[in-house]
Amino acid sequence: MTPMRPDMDSDLVLELPTDIRSIEGAVDYVMSRCQACTEHARRLNLNFRVGLTEALANAMLYGNGRDPSKHVLVEVVVRGGMLRATIRDQGVGFDPTRVPDPTLPENITRPCGRGLFLMRSLLDEVSFNDLGNEVTLVLRLDSGGAFEGGAQA
Amino acid sequence: MSFQVSKHDGVTLVEVEGQLIVGNRQELKQQVLEQLEGGDRKFVIDFAETGYIDSSGLGVLVSLSKKIREQGGELRLSSLNEDLRTLFELTKLDTLFRISDDKAQALEGF
Repeated sequence: MTPMRPDMDSDLVLELPTDIRSIEGAVDYVMSRCQACTEHARRLNLNFRVGLTEALANAMLYGNGRDPSKHVLVEVVVRGGMLRATIRDQGVGFDPTRVPDPTLPENITRPCGRGLFLMRSLLDEVSFNDLGNEVTLVLRLDSGGAFEGGAQA
Repeated sequence: MSFQVSKHDGVTLVEVEGQLIVGNRQELKQQVLEQLEGGDRKFVIDFAETGYIDSSGLGVLVSLSKKIREQGGELRLSSLNEDLRTLFELTKLDTLFRISDDKAQALEGF
């Protein structure tokens, strides 16, 4: 298994078991601990909440393969007007460029495959490490770089 | 998440309370499929008390819609808040479902 080594400069670090029932509570906890999330509540309640939920679900379902012995590490940093969350699983990684566009007519009725698309749509930056088992989400807090979804801060 | 199921002139109304996400999506799916197997064909799922739906929740709605259509029925949605409408528009699922402003409108037009 990949060892979990959190960045000690992080504002918030969580290590979660692979249990999809823990996702909602974990996201609620991060939102409650993030002062920026309070100040930008309406915008972040959609963009950041959904992005983090999708990243955790992907990490547990596909990264860790639902293996309860594996964990997911979440690190959240608020610096220089941006919120950055890094989510790392203990899986073998994947190639994010091979995920098809779920909005194409041939994919629209597929029941899965929208998580990464939502992350990319709702956040300013979404990047993966080389292995593909760590995703970093960035949301700028000072301006509406990401999709605002009609909600104002 | 919890939900209430009621019948209105041949339409099955499922009112969802709470978030529809990866951790609870199967509960809704199982409930609707039981009604479908019991002979119900017209469904409205109302999200007046739902803050957000993740991609797994969206996927369950797509899956249910497909299964209901295969049985000659239809699934309609109602009461999406501004954030939920945004998610449906981003994913273009607003083109797949008939979406009403509220449950009364959804039931009335079915």
